[in-house]
Amino acid sequence: MIWFDTHLANFWAVYSNVVLTIGINGLLALSIWLTLSCGMLSIGNAAFMGVGAFTAALVTMKLGWPFPVSLVLGMITPAVLAFVIGKPTLRLSGIYLAMATLGFGEVVRITLLNWESLTGGALGLNGIPQLTQWWHVLIAVVLVLLVLWRMRRSKVGRAFEAIKEDDTAAGLMGIAVANTRMLAFVLGAAIAGLAGGLDAHLTFFIGPQEFGFDRAVDILTMAILGGIGGLPGPLLGAAILTLLPEVLRSLRDFRLVVNGLILVVIVLFLPKGIWDPQRYRAWFGRRLKHADGRAEQKG
Amino acid sequence: MLAQQLVNGLSLGALYALFALGFTLIFGVLGVINLSHGAIFMVGAYAGLEAIARLGMPLWVALPFAFLVSGLFGFLIDALVLRPLRKRNAPHLIPMIATIGIGIAINNAVQGIFGAQNLRFPAGTVPNDTLSIAGVGLTALELAIILLSFALMAALMVIIQKTQLGRALRAIAESPKAAYLVGINVEGLFMLTSFIAAGLGGVAGVLIGLYSNAIYPLMGQPMLQKGVAVIILGGMGDIRGALFAGLFLGFAEVLSVAYVGSTMRDAVAFGLLFLILLIRPKGLFGTTNERKV
Repeated sequence: MIWFDTHLANFWAVYSNVVLTIGINGLLALSIWLTLSCGMLSIGNAAFMGVGAFTAALVTMKLGWPFPVSLVLGMITPAVLAFVIGKPTLRLSGIYLAMATLGFGEVVRITLLNWESLTGGALGLNGIPQLTQWWHVLIAVVLVLLVLWRMRRSKVGRAFEAIKEDDTAAGLMGIAVANTRMLAFVLGAAIAGLAGGLDAHLTFFIGPQEFGFDRAVDILTMAILGGIGGLPGPLLGAAILTLLPEVLRSLRDFRLVVNGLILVVIVLFLPKGIWDPQRYRAWFGRRLKHADGRAEQKG
Repeated sequence: MLAQQLVNGLSLGALYALFALGFTLIFGVLGVINLSHGAIFMVGAYAGLEAIARLGMPLWVALPFAFLVSGLFGFLIDALVLRPLRKRNAPHLIPMIATIGIGIAINNAVQGIFGAQNLRFPAGTVPNDTLSIAGVGLTALELAIILLSFALMAALMVIIQKTQLGRALRAIAESPKAAYLVGINVEGLFMLTSFIAAGLGGVAGVLIGLYSNAIYPLMGQPMLQKGVAVIILGGMGDIRGALFAGLFLGFAEVLSVAYVGSTMRDAVAFGLLFLILLIRPKGLFGTTNERKV
């Protein structure tokens, strides 16, 4: 048992950051899943994460308020921001919404970059107290999963589904399309902000460049790669994209080459994402049928 | 002063437009947001550099060479990844995710081979002459960029508007299935489009490598972001729109550097983009929902 404990302790000492990053990336993937499940391709979540991260870190560092309070404020600020820009932005659809949110994300990043007195500019914020414990991340992921899971089965979740399939038809059926979209957008921003707050208190340092275009694309990739058909998909995608570079570390210079190729291969063979129960059922079912066939032949 | 800024904006904008041209062509015909276009662009820059520095080619040979190398990458990406995905009827964001993976792989392969450091074209690749009209200076490089970009864009527009090939491409953009039914070789044209679009990206890569005097493995990433902005602003898949939007972005950046401050360059550009989308949700030139070539 002692042997096991020391190994576990060693493992945790080396990999705790990776494990917690999976959780935080999982939150981010869920945040974009929420808007995607309502039929909106919004890629402003990296910016919302950044706003959440800076808010939470500043509340902790400058005001000295307790960690839970800074996390909550790190959720509220991006949510309010989402509400303000949501009104004009959410009229856009498809790729145009993606672009507007991307443009917004750039404006946020550059504002963070230039607001030196508050955000430290290009140098970012250094020496953020490392308050994030593993159970904070765990609770956050479980809570968000519970809320989203419960919501999927509620009237709101069905409204999301209806809007995703056809927003005009959904409107005609009496669903308040604009308000429902706004709800998904604001909630998504809050979840991204939560991920930002947790991340800021995990990594000791945050800078505006972390929350730009590349991060936005990363978040989208995690959700789509994992599959947006159900809640496990985004978490799976986040885990895979976080772990791959670590697992491939021995390949050194070329590890990201393999990383990229693995992405392509997954997409080629699982076009609906990794979490695709129907496909597995089809594979599994076929295999069962084969087994039946063989049994019949024998008989 | 203003005239000089406008000239600078014109050459920068022509580069953005040239980069966005291939990007918008792929979207218009294949319906894919090709996020590996930045990597292809970078490959073109390295191909041009190798051709000039190692093989001793003059620039006017190196440009077609970069076109071919990048074009080959585009062709392979279509044949090995996009085509199988089309056959499997992948949902519409999936090809985009695949191109992200391709971009990561190419960027890092180049970084592994050439290293992450900045490379430069040998001095004297482009003559250092400056043309000066009424106090406005125009370097030989800027002149070449403007002429070449506009020539390529004009050629592409003529092809698409006037020729049989262009008619076929427009038919595919309207509906690949209908185009197939009237006897158009849809798969062949998809591959040709991928080749040409990537080739144009490669030429843009060489020109930007010369213009900014810096070639590095991740040079495509900032361009990608601007390319996305340009094709949205111009209306997805619209070549004329990409031209105007590219120039617009070039002017916006140069003027904001001159009159607002260099740190706000991207904020002005993307802030404007954000505002324009709010006023004209389909881009500056977009009128309908349909895709166009």
